Amino acid sequence: MRQLPVVRAVELGIKNLSLHAMRSLLTVLGLVFGVGSVIAMLSVGEGASQEAMAQIRKLGSNNIIISAKKPTEEEASGARRARMSIYGLTYEDEALLRESLPTVRRTVAAKEIPKEGRLGERALDLRVVGTTADWFDLVNRPILAGRVLSQADVDTRAGVCVLTETGARKLTATEHAIGQPIRIGGNVFDIVGIVVNEKGTTAIPIPDQDVDAYIPLSTARERFGDYFTSNAEGTQIREKVELRLLIVEVDSAENVEATAGAIDVMLQRSHKKKDYKIDVPLALLKQAEATKRMFNVVLGSIASISLLVGGIGIMNIMLATVTERTREIGIRRAIGARRRQIIMQFLIETVVLSTLGGVLGIVAGVVFPWLITAFTQMPTVITYWSIALSLGISVGIGIIFGLYPAYRASRLDPIVALRHE
Amino acid sequence: MTERVPHAPAPPPWEALVRFEDVRKVYVMGSSLVHALDGVSFSIHKGDFLAIMGPSGSGKSTMLNLLGCLDRPTSGHYFLTGVDAGEMDDNRLSDLRLRELGFIFQSFNLIPQLTVRENIELPLYYLGWQAHDSHARAMELAAMVGLEERVNHRPMELSGGQQQRVAVARALANDPAVILADEPTGNLDSATGQQIMALLTALNEQGKTIVMVTHESDIAAFARRRMHMLDGQIDRVEESE
Repeated sequence: MRQLPVVRAVELGIKNLSLHAMRSLLTVLGLVFGVGSVIAMLSVGEGASQEAMAQIRKLGSNNIIISAKKPTEEEASGARRARMSIYGLTYEDEALLRESLPTVRRTVAAKEIPKEGRLGERALDLRVVGTTADWFDLVNRPILAGRVLSQADVDTRAGVCVLTETGARKLTATEHAIGQPIRIGGNVFDIVGIVVNEKGTTAIPIPDQDVDAYIPLSTARERFGDYFTSNAEGTQIREKVELRLLIVEVDSAENVEATAGAIDVMLQRSHKKKDYKIDVPLALLKQAEATKRMFNVVLGSIASISLLVGGIGIMNIMLATVTERTREIGIRRAIGARRRQIIMQFLIETVVLSTLGGVLGIVAGVVFPWLITAFTQMPTVITYWSIALSLGISVGIGIIFGLYPAYRASRLDPIVALRHE
Repeated sequence: MTERVPHAPAPPPWEALVRFEDVRKVYVMGSSLVHALDGVSFSIHKGDFLAIMGPSGSGKSTMLNLLGCLDRPTSGHYFLTGVDAGEMDDNRLSDLRLRELGFIFQSFNLIPQLTVRENIELPLYYLGWQAHDSHARAMELAAMVGLEERVNHRPMELSGGQQQRVAVARALANDPAVILADEPTGNLDSATGQQIMALLTALNEQGKTIVMVTHESDIAAFARRRMHMLDGQIDRVEESE
């Protein structure tokens, strides 16, 4: 079998390095940590950004989410004086948006009713949302049992209720609960289905996060009205909020941001106090991507410094090795090795060394994120390109930082080198 | 496949294998010039065994460096197998050493991390021989110097005499035109030295051309001719009877 010269050179390199296994290992330690930390940090960043992006995608990239927000000046004073605060989105707002903006395909309104729910023996404070059938198209989640609200439910102001997974768990309702009556704020509703919802708390406002039950918007309006009273620190607070949330579906992704701008202009006219907030998932997505790019640039700079330090370490040792092996170089030159062959020998040895460092670094970079996930539950995603990049950089470092020592070796005068002690 | 050393066409018998024509080598030492070789002319024919002798500073090391194509003369011509080595660039000098010369050093100069076999194979590696062929050749040579049992040992595990025999085997690997020996017995006790000299004498009797630098006259006595150097010039040449 014909052996390529480079294969033999690599074999020789491995052999020379294995003679000083400990030293070789210590030499590449800088590179191991450099490469390892790059992969690990990238995986943490990637994990976080993928999680964020998945959440943003759950909002729907063609949607605009407008939520009611208590104006800040009232929040400060309202808690002390027991007076009514009127804020939030109105039924009129919804009609206006739907009718005057051609890019709006449909709108879904949602009302929030904090009421006590009673199912069998259990009674708990629930977050009940009154909404329409379209909600379940725009906030599309798997149905666990039964059905979701229909247009007929809304039209007939039916006394029906769809529990979310969160709500079902609170009330310990299983699929057997379907068809059973549930009391919400003294009114009786029939449970018709159970649907999955998003749980947990994030900075991104996911519409169905922490919702316990859905009832038709028309029913909610009829039975509970728009006024709510709550007690906070002994003070009674009365609020009038018609709609808590408006989801606007835009006809295409490229119109989303323009439509969001138009909505803002339109709402400002009727809402002098800024009592609403517009979230555009698409904009959030773009922002998340920009943040990720920025993170990668910062990471890249840190990584290149650590890899530079690793490379200098390797060069340092290779220069020492060349000095140590001066006589060997003299012997090889006397026997007839060309300068280029001496360069190749030392260059390949350095590349073998740095590649070894890279491979060990990759192992560390794979193990470390796994430990992070195991101990902190932080999501980490190791990307193939980060591994490929690290390996490529390791080889590159071997070449760049190996060239000078190899060149020094090749320039040795064989007569002098042979006499070297 | 087997790649053999492509030698230059063998010179006609009347042409010398090695020819020095008025070779001078001048070094600059500080502000003064040192004439290490001061107009030297001689030839070595195939099958010769020449000992170069002389006190230190006589120019014998410079002579060996030039003969070994490790250095170029300041002026004059050095022909090795008919080609002018003095005119060559570094790559062509390397190739000339690789194909036409075999070195034996005073301090053996084996590569410590390589085994005996790998040391013997070294010239063949640079000649581009395939591993299979060079293994076989190395084993053959190891057997010739009586070290076939030691091929997988490292130089440090061998005695001085054994190491020098490995060096002889290595010098023979590329089937060189000339073997250059620099004080080959200098680091050996006299009994072992005698064995090495016997080996070299046997090689010469088989037709190998040998040039040896030594300052020991009993070692030089093994050679067919002895060239005495003095102050960068050939003092005299004696032939064995």
